[in-house]
Amino acid sequence: MTERVESAAPVLVMRGITKQFGGVTVLRGVDFNVRAGEVHALMGENGAGKSTLMKILGGVFPATAGTISLAGRPLIVRGPSDALRAGVALIHQEISLVPTLSVAENILLGAEPRHRVRRSIDRERMREEARRLLAALDDRISPDAAVSDLSLAEQQVVEIARALRHENRILVMDEPTAALSEREAERLFALIRRLRDQGVGIVYISHRMPEVERLADRVTVLRDGEHAGELSRGGFDRTRIVALMVGRAVPELAAAHRSAAERPARLEVQALSDTVGRVHSVDLKVGAGEILGLAGLMGAGRSELARLIAGIEPRSAGRIRLDGEEVSLDSPRAAFAAGVAYLPEDRKSQGLFLQRSAGENMTMTLAGPSSRGGVLRPTLLRDYGRRAVAAFGIRLTGLEQEARLLSGGNQQKLLFARALALEPRVLLLDEPTRGVDVGAKQEIYRKITEIAASGVAVVVISSELPELLLLCPRIAVLHEGRLAGVLDRAKDDVTQETLMALATGHPPDALS
Amino acid sequence: MKASTATPARAPSATRRWLRAAGILPVLLGVILLFALLTPKFLTADNAVNVARQASINLVLAAGMTLVILTRGIDLAAGSVLGMCAVISVMLSLSPALAPLAIPLALLAGAAVGAGTGAVVAYGGLPPFIVTLGTYTALRGAAYLLADGRTVINNDLGFAWIGNDYLGPLPWLVVIALAVVTVVGFLLRRTVLGLHIYAVGGNPEAARLTGVNVGFTLVSVYAISGLLSALGGVMSASRLYSANGQLGTGYELDAIAAVILGGTSFAGGIGGILGTLYGALIIAVLNNGLTLMNVSYFWQLVVKGLVIVIAVASDRLRTRHLG
Repeated sequence: MTERVESAAPVLVMRGITKQFGGVTVLRGVDFNVRAGEVHALMGENGAGKSTLMKILGGVFPATAGTISLAGRPLIVRGPSDALRAGVALIHQEISLVPTLSVAENILLGAEPRHRVRRSIDRERMREEARRLLAALDDRISPDAAVSDLSLAEQQVVEIARALRHENRILVMDEPTAALSEREAERLFALIRRLRDQGVGIVYISHRMPEVERLADRVTVLRDGEHAGELSRGGFDRTRIVALMVGRAVPELAAAHRSAAERPARLEVQALSDTVGRVHSVDLKVGAGEILGLAGLMGAGRSELARLIAGIEPRSAGRIRLDGEEVSLDSPRAAFAAGVAYLPEDRKSQGLFLQRSAGENMTMTLAGPSSRGGVLRPTLLRDYGRRAVAAFGIRLTGLEQEARLLSGGNQQKLLFARALALEPRVLLLDEPTRGVDVGAKQEIYRKITEIAASGVAVVVISSELPELLLLCPRIAVLHEGRLAGVLDRAKDDVTQETLMALATGHPPDALS
Repeated sequence: MKASTATPARAPSATRRWLRAAGILPVLLGVILLFALLTPKFLTADNAVNVARQASINLVLAAGMTLVILTRGIDLAAGSVLGMCAVISVMLSLSPALAPLAIPLALLAGAAVGAGTGAVVAYGGLPPFIVTLGTYTALRGAAYLLADGRTVINNDLGFAWIGNDYLGPLPWLVVIALAVVTVVGFLLRRTVLGLHIYAVGGNPEAARLTGVNVGFTLVSVYAISGLLSALGGVMSASRLYSANGQLGTGYELDAIAAVILGGTSFAGGIGGILGTLYGALIIAVLNNGLTLMNVSYFWQLVVKGLVIVIAVASDRLRTRHLG
């Protein structure tokens, strides 16, 4: 089978694709091609540019430079409908169904079959068509069911069925198994193989190494918006892929490597549980000046734990102590007042005021406490803004510049400046470098180390294990809402493998 | 490294910045110029005072509406509160014992109604459109009930000076409206509440996570809108020496039009009081100019409606290019 694939000429060729958002280059001259009848895995860390590349292919936004050709002819995509007409279908990570419509209506939305004479919607044929498309995937889903009644996995299946209604030459799947159970994933793999054997070129984006090893005929790795390398079946294994993805020796930050035992506990969490069952009875201790890593797979409860401590979600049980004193932290306001600052995972939707100035964004928490009877003190706030710009190396035209015009890294620095304005005792960082380019990442790492060195207890949540290994002497791992273990680099052998084993619920022998 | 050390996004040039800040002002100047050319009666000192007086009550309502719309809300009850509080103020003025308290009590009633509305929006989680549609209807009924379906008249109204006297060359109505604009401008630009209004409107989730008291901010905003609607009621009543249940019908729509003309976005978090001032003046100038030209009232409505849509559309086009 490998031979057949190797000999085929690529049906899709993307050449020199470059994409800039504002002043930030997120893709730089990337070449990518897909052959008919192959599964081509696209891999890379978060922010490496995988989704951006595929969104350009799908017509979600245009490339700044570069060309695309399909079956030897130039492909110009001005919008998603151009891509669909050419036979390129994208299945996004986020579900994009209309929850109030039925399964059949969703699958055939925009291509509803009509009565030959009356020209009204032919519901019978619609149902038949939907049933036929679903049969290949999961025949237990009724075409008449309302989408809002389906589980997340079933919705994903409907989404795939909708993509299949076109005669596709290229099918792009972005993390399709993220919400699926193992059995459902198996069905999906069978389907992917079937489509491949029918000659469809499949682009498969995933972080899950075992899936890629099983499915992929080729692997292309992106790193920081550039093509880092391409491997063919037989030529790839986990280590080589990871090496390409990380691409740099992981430097050590000396300051971070002091054992936690010598520090007084600044933040102490006992038997903490939330009300919706995402966090079960978690115990944690973070010392003054320590950087504790928090690892785990998607849905393991990392963000949920941080949001409990930050007073954003209600807790059902457990206590939180700050410097030995029990605190209630039942609202974000209370948490801020007690000295617990939280940087949310989704900068744009939960952190920034995009239309407001950089200065206002940085001083939003400082404004109230520093005011005189509710009247702002502009000079004081401007001074803080200026100092923060210098301290964090924020690049902007002035404090008046709107936050939305800054790059991801500079936006993140605004949030750091805001969180530090009230001199917190505990700083919770949820994916602090997501969507930030490499240079800014290094600066943020340095800053986190500095903040910790000043005595703040820092908790870093990250999906990028190299990042945790770089920053954190101790790493706590969550699995399905429970603490699976805490690894201490002073004592344990802490590697991506041992962390991953804990995160997937299989503690290696050495640790159990 | 390369990407982040690159120069930050280009700063807009001085002209562009000015155009953005000026907002709808060019439209106002254009309309004034047009009427000045079309009718000699328009550009006189007396008529300018007239226009300002005609704009004053709408401006007071629109100032409160600006705050509400900045938080992604809407206050459909502004006109009804105006009517109800106008009736209250005239009724109280008829009682010798309560006459001195007529204005404070009317204002208090407006603020209380607004605070209640705000509490339902903030803590009940109901959409402002629906909540204020309810109060719009109910308070209109209350205004009729309080006046017993009649017009309450006081020919010896203690606060008639508000509607009829002058401070120097300016009618008190205009002085009050400008004072309201100034105070609301100060509130928005220089106070913590103002900052929080923009924060809540711009990104409610981020505001909550940042420790902003979202509930308090919303209650304050609706309370201020209620208070200013009541002030509008006092202003109306003082000019007419009377009030009835019908007073202020439809005023909320003129207030909303002024706010939207002024560039404050329904999406929340963007806009300000200066734009609302221009917006209210555009509406008043149109009313005044078209009347001077003897255009029929029915055509005035058509023209006003078209100007609102065209002005906002051109504003969108302009700001889209400025990005």
